[in-house]
Amino acid sequence: MSFLTAYKRAAGAGSARRGADRHWAQTVSSAGLLVLVPLFVFTFGPMLGRPHEEVVAYYARPFPAIVAVLTLLVGFLHFRNGVRVLIEDYVQGLAREVAIIVMAWLSYAAAATGIFAIARLAL
Amino acid sequence: MADSTPGKRPLSPHLTIYRPQLTSVTSILTRITGNALLVGALLVVAWFLAASVSPAAFGAVDGLMTGWAGDLVMLLSLWALWYHALAGLRHLIWDAGFGLELETAERLGWGVIIGSVLLTILTLAII
Repeated sequence: MSFLTAYKRAAGAGSARRGADRHWAQTVSSAGLLVLVPLFVFTFGPMLGRPHEEVVAYYARPFPAIVAVLTLLVGFLHFRNGVRVLIEDYVQGLAREVAIIVMAWLSYAAAATGIFAIARLAL
Repeated sequence: MADSTPGKRPLSPHLTIYRPQLTSVTSILTRITGNALLVGALLVVAWFLAASVSPAAFGAVDGLMTGWAGDLVMLLSLWALWYHALAGLRHLIWDAGFGLELETAERLGWGVIIGSVLLTILTLAII
């Protein structure tokens, strides 16, 4: 208590008493990605650089398509939380809020674009 | 309530006064790889989008990703992906309360570094 400054005491600043849910969200998504990432690497990897018709035929199959959708979805949600921690550590003031919002846009937009494209290939 | 002025408060030493250690370097690399993977992830999204649009669009994006610059980005992304996955696994182990002894933590650090390089080479050999 003796370490509190007068300002901090007046503002009631201290521990946030929350935030465990964000850590837990990263824990859950990281466990999922530990399964998804190897599956994605060994399905997407061989297709990179292959002819277009081969790629279209490959992603018409359920397993590679579902793996790719899940990896992009869980991956970008994991990124959204992770990059927020990075921004909160190094960016101050209004720029922090703008950066968090822009990265949220980017994460959801990228996930949606990827899932739309895979669905279009698969169906 | 005891009063205190900001001048008398103890300040914890900051990052820059510490000698880099295996545990700190591997931790910083976890953050760097995780955030840098955005580049590779956006390329992958662009690849899927192009494949769903037309053979010409696919040829352009696929060509970009398999050219020398694309190869370099994808190689670094592959390593970053394995590094971040292994470092994340290490976090799950630590969160469960295991491996926190200094000696074990250092061994896990080497495991992440060496493991990520081996997995990258293994992946390139298989694909």
